[in-house]
Amino acid sequence: MARIELDLAHSYLPDPKQDSDYALLPLQMSFTDGGAYALLGPSGCGKTTLLNIISGLVRPSRGAVLFNGVDVTARSPQERNIAQVFQFPVVYDTMTVADNLAFPLRNRGVPPERIKARVGRIAEMLELSGQLNQRAAGLAADAKQKISLGRGLVREDVSAVLFDEPLTVIDPHLKWQLRRKLKQIHHELKLTLIYVTHDQIEALTFAEQVVVMTRGRAVQIGTAAELFERPRHMFVGHFIGSPGMNFLPARWRDGMLEVTGHTLRLAPALSEALRAAGEFTLGVRPEYVTLADERAEGALVAEVTQVQDVGTYWLLTARAGETLLRARLNPASIAPQVGEQVWLGVLGPHTCFYDRDQQLIAAGPEPQALRVSA
Amino acid sequence: MRLTLEGVAKRVGAATHLYPLDFALQPHAVTVLLGATQAGKTTLMRLMAGLDAPSQGRVRVDGEDVTGRSVRERNVAMVYQQFINYPSMRVFDNIASPLKLRGDLDRAALDRRVRELAVKLHIEPFLDRLPAELSGGQQQRVALARALAKQAPLMLLDEPLVNLDYKLREELREELSALFASGDSTVVYATTEPTEALLLGGYTAVLDAGEVLQYGPTAEVFHRPHSIRVARAFSDPPINLLKGRVAESGIQLAGEVRLAVRASADAPALEGDTPEAGVTVGVRASALRVRPRSGDVALTGRVELAEISGSDTFVHVAAAVGPLVAQLTGVHYFELGAAITLYLDPSQIYVFDARGDLLVAPQRPGAR
Repeated sequence: MARIELDLAHSYLPDPKQDSDYALLPLQMSFTDGGAYALLGPSGCGKTTLLNIISGLVRPSRGAVLFNGVDVTARSPQERNIAQVFQFPVVYDTMTVADNLAFPLRNRGVPPERIKARVGRIAEMLELSGQLNQRAAGLAADAKQKISLGRGLVREDVSAVLFDEPLTVIDPHLKWQLRRKLKQIHHELKLTLIYVTHDQIEALTFAEQVVVMTRGRAVQIGTAAELFERPRHMFVGHFIGSPGMNFLPARWRDGMLEVTGHTLRLAPALSEALRAAGEFTLGVRPEYVTLADERAEGALVAEVTQVQDVGTYWLLTARAGETLLRARLNPASIAPQVGEQVWLGVLGPHTCFYDRDQQLIAAGPEPQALRVSA
Repeated sequence: MRLTLEGVAKRVGAATHLYPLDFALQPHAVTVLLGATQAGKTTLMRLMAGLDAPSQGRVRVDGEDVTGRSVRERNVAMVYQQFINYPSMRVFDNIASPLKLRGDLDRAALDRRVRELAVKLHIEPFLDRLPAELSGGQQQRVALARALAKQAPLMLLDEPLVNLDYKLREELREELSALFASGDSTVVYATTEPTEALLLGGYTAVLDAGEVLQYGPTAEVFHRPHSIRVARAFSDPPINLLKGRVAESGIQLAGEVRLAVRASADAPALEGDTPEAGVTVGVRASALRVRPRSGDVALTGRVELAEISGSDTFVHVAAAVGPLVAQLTGVHYFELGAAITLYLDPSQIYVFDARGDLLVAPQRPGAR
């Protein structure tokens, strides 16, 4: 197992000039030994390129990859001792499940009694014990993918196990059980696991640390709670959560916050941070927008344009100035009607503020500290 | 446009893809066909379009029998899962193709119409490119623009967003809803995702194993599923189902848990209908909480896994009453195997009889 450090950039072009020429913009990142990580982002964000650089399938055009402090940039996946699990099952159909699992160990000359013990343990974890003597050919897609996962996890001496969207072929109803297995296995085996996906549930459930990527840039590395509560970049606010974070153009004026024609009072600590920015963006998640009384503190007026019964909550869409705001409202509340004027609370402990570069510059104080007027 | 199916069925060899059904499509509205893979959604859609002929029964458009008539003789627009465009044509010509076929627009009007649609679907900058030069989301937008250009009275979309990233899906779904809202066309939209049906609104037909189980306004079908099968198909995460027995003024569940069920106009008394009979209690994941309120029933168990989506955390629990999934807003962490107590307001349960038919649905204080 290894601590992995990256300090690199990558372009598939010979002479990259602008940001868009890079598949990966300059980044510095380290993966702790035994940690569970996910690389999350939309297609084309660079996550697969990053995974391939870690494994050694792609050599970065600039910079280095270090395993336990040793420069491995020029080494192949075999030399780096990386195990990989791909989107689709890679199994030998004519071999039994046991032989499939044992294959990576036999290849490396591990003694038979050691192989038997390890294969038994992995099979038990993945609930494949009953099928060890069966041929892989007759098994369903999800069982085959479990074998692929098992082959990735069977070696104890790997530097890291890399997964590329490994649950794509799994039936939606079975996914959670495999996610659970992967989490348990990580707890027990303490391997370094790096997981690529575009699915937020996949990433946030599996990983202790999630790297959110967009357009070749890693914009935030954090826990699920950090990404949800304190997105450090507007893209994270947008990408994590359904629907994503609401954004409103705003500015600081004489210690007050101007937003969609309203002047809201700011806590002194916030005022300090926002004064320097001048103009900025207010971000608040639909989960934290509240229906407020007329002219309530921290609230703005908006006109309801849509009310959707999403079953477990009302999804309200309302126009505040030029911006459409979304709010997730308690299903037990009486939902407003389309065309109605409502007051929506947007300032609270979960409110975030972003500068022109979309970076987080301040976040809401505790509610008690809030003194606001419309 | 009124499309009705009368006693329509579809068999292929010995296999029945669709059992005989009567179905009158809500005109000038969106109808969602909701069901798992293989439920019969695509089969039903192909019969509606005239791509396939039914094995029995009649298909009528505005009263006229069109059963044997092929898709070419009907005015139907279709969008598929795969992004289907003419690969050798520019985006502009792809969108213009149905307009050219119609032949009633002069050059300027055609140009205007194509640009209008391209603006609506945010593909205006790509009009001169070939489809292969676009991302998946953009290619599907071209296919949608072409379908809309046809201005057909019937528009059929078969899981059009399934091959896109979830954020893109969210965005495009909103745009589609807005485009459908005009009510110009009768729209049929197939999906496997309950949440997508709820977000699209309109009407929903729940399909399962070749049968249309229930058809009505989407929210009504969701909140008052006629049967366990509908409730199961129209819930994500799947509705929690617990075996129970009718006992004095309530229901007895496993693990010594008792739920009081009040009779009301909306929820007829259980006693008379099902004395001593087994019932199934349905609990939506969102009805389970980790903070108690007065009158709640406590359900204890152990955490199997907390799945985090960002906006929600889905906690899988091995509980004394049986396996449960709870949906909590926001990010919550639980250790695997940790003890947990979930709380349930007994007025929020569904009760199904031994046949699986709905007896009691929750009160909805927020309903209008």
